[in-house]
Amino acid sequence: MSLIEVNGISKVYRLGDIDLKALCTVSTKIESGEFVAIMGPSGSGKSTFMNILGCLDKPTTGQYMLEGIDIGKLDRDELAGIRNKKIGFVFQGFNLLSRTSALENVELPMLYDGIPAKERSEKAAGALKNVGLEGRGGHHPNQLSGGQQQRVAIARALVNNAPIILADEPTGNLDTKTSAEIMELFVKLNTEANITIILVTHEHDIAAYSKRIIRFLDGCITSDEMGKNV
Amino acid sequence: MINIPSTIKISLRALRVNKMRSALTMLGIIIGVSAVIAMLAVGTGASRQIEEQMSSMGSNLLIVVPGATTSGGVRMGAGTQSTLTLADAEAIKRECPAVEEVGPNLTGVAQVVYSHQNWSTGVVGTTPGMLIVRDWTLSSGKPFTEQDVKSATKVCLLGQVVVDNLFGDTDPVGKIIRIKNVPFTVFGVLGKKGQSATGQDQDDTIYIPVTTAQKKVFGTAFPGMIRSMMVKAKGAEYLAPAEKQINELLRQRHRIGPKQESDFTVRNLTQMMQAREESTKVMTLLLGAIASVSLLVGGIGIMNIMLVSVTERTREIGIRMAIGAKTWDIRLQFIIEALTLSLIGGLAGIIIGVTGSEILSMLAGWPTIVSPLSILMSFSFSGLVGIFFGFYPAYKASLLNPIDALRYE
Ligand SMILES: Nc1ncnc2c1ncn2[C@@H]1O[C@H](COP(=O)(O)OP(=O)(O)O)[C@@H](O)[C@H]1O
Ligand SMILES: [Mg+2]
Repeated sequence: MSLIEVNGISKVYRLGDIDLKALCTVSTKIESGEFVAIMGPSGSGKSTFMNILGCLDKPTTGQYMLEGIDIGKLDRDELAGIRNKKIGFVFQGFNLLSRTSALENVELPMLYDGIPAKERSEKAAGALKNVGLEGRGGHHPNQLSGGQQQRVAIARALVNNAPIILADEPTGNLDTKTSAEIMELFVKLNTEANITIILVTHEHDIAAYSKRIIRFLDGCITSDEMGKNV
Repeated sequence: MINIPSTIKISLRALRVNKMRSALTMLGIIIGVSAVIAMLAVGTGASRQIEEQMSSMGSNLLIVVPGATTSGGVRMGAGTQSTLTLADAEAIKRECPAVEEVGPNLTGVAQVVYSHQNWSTGVVGTTPGMLIVRDWTLSSGKPFTEQDVKSATKVCLLGQVVVDNLFGDTDPVGKIIRIKNVPFTVFGVLGKKGQSATGQDQDDTIYIPVTTAQKKVFGTAFPGMIRSMMVKAKGAEYLAPAEKQINELLRQRHRIGPKQESDFTVRNLTQMMQAREESTKVMTLLLGAIASVSLLVGGIGIMNIMLVSVTERTREIGIRMAIGAKTWDIRLQFIIEALTLSLIGGLAGIIIGVTGSEILSMLAGWPTIVSPLSILMSFSFSGLVGIFFGFYPAYKASLLNPIDALRYE
């Protein structure tokens, strides 16, 4: 059983009278422990694919199996539970709660998992330490640099021990040096903690950190090859 | 598995971020709750006052006054000559089976002197029956008797206000006072009664035998005349029969023909007071209902702000959903926010309502009573308002599509 298995998923957006096919019958498998980069030009359906993998959106057709569970059969709250326990999100725009300290941002997934307050703050502090932000727990997002904010987001993705991290252009808003640091962190999580990482990027040097590259064009997979990192 | 304390914390933080807006939103509830409490306090105070007046007046009372009843009510000009007599009063007591006791009334204002103190007060000429009619007991001394009435002795009972003004701390029983320069022996002191329905101080009075009043203090236009009489029926169910019996008896005694108007009127005091009490209760309900409308308006204000807040925080909702917030996590967050607004508003409203009622009774002199029930009711009502008007925005927020919410700019 693969960690992720998608069979002929498609996504069609209705815009007025026209149907916009953002994703056309994509099938692939991703095994536990992989580090996949998804590449392709803007508008090629990468984010659409990621959102379906992240259970944030439902495919128009096709089947998505995550750890053998048919995601299409789950209701809203069951999907929320999957997102909470199985998937960590890292977004281009960080998506941290402003006016909320770094520590509390990291605590959030555990809050919705019903973990007691004391354990929450201990674990969150541990996760922040893991991403190199020890002692920054009290800072608010607007008191942190872009790279630091992305680290908080990664800590948040890690804290519930999710086996998968989905990162949609995580370095898109960062400079080259910071991007490299963030990518090193992903590599470390992939090799040391065996976390499956799927990330979207435009840049070849970012994709070069991965072990496998899937290319998209106009909603279809055009190539799927093992990277040189393998 | 919903984490209530943390959800409360999240909600409180959201409210703190927009302090001004939260305060203004609460204002609606504050005004609503304080209005409900103050209005109910005014109404309850008025009802209580009437109840007290009723019990101080005595129970099952009719009053017989001179002058005819017309369709518009009682015609009793200043010049109306009384045609009632002490004999009428005695006849009513003797011949009307529904009547328990009769107290005649010959009243006037007189200057009263004791030693160097003097006081102007209402002097009531009456019989011992009046004490029974009015359920009035003495706080000291003893009442005068039928024998005193027969022989028109110069004895009196003093109301507490008269005692306070003439005697201070001295015991008045057995002392001699002068009423219109006529010496009277004080037999006893009437127990305290407070204000009457017409706002008079019932303790500012002196009771003397009616015959003494007729012959030695006020004089009368014709022998035996009295101003009015109070009649106590044998029970609440005897009020109507007593009224009928008195009417028949007096028409007969005054020789009034079948087509002629009576020269007196019998009024049912107890019924009048009950009607007043009833209308006060209706007024209380009405005031409370009107005030509740403002509470409702406050609730709509909360809903308005919560809807704005949900729209403003769409992205935040998206983030929370992406991270694993379930339907009720999101709903509770907004419901608790609305509930907090309305409960804090309710609490402030209670404080303002209670102090407002006190100020109202101080400034306007209205008796106000804040009942614990009205506090409990308006507080729980404001809580309900919060839940009710918070639910729709919360429901709306919880139905957002996670991906749409995340993309929302
Ligand atoms: N919510 C939406 N409604 C309509 N069209 C959309 C929506 N989201 C994405 N699209 C369209 O689907 C296509 C794929 O978008 P996306 O997956 O975001 O591309 P990428 O991430 O590769 O840039 C684009 O043409 C985009 O305009
Ligand atoms: Mg994209």
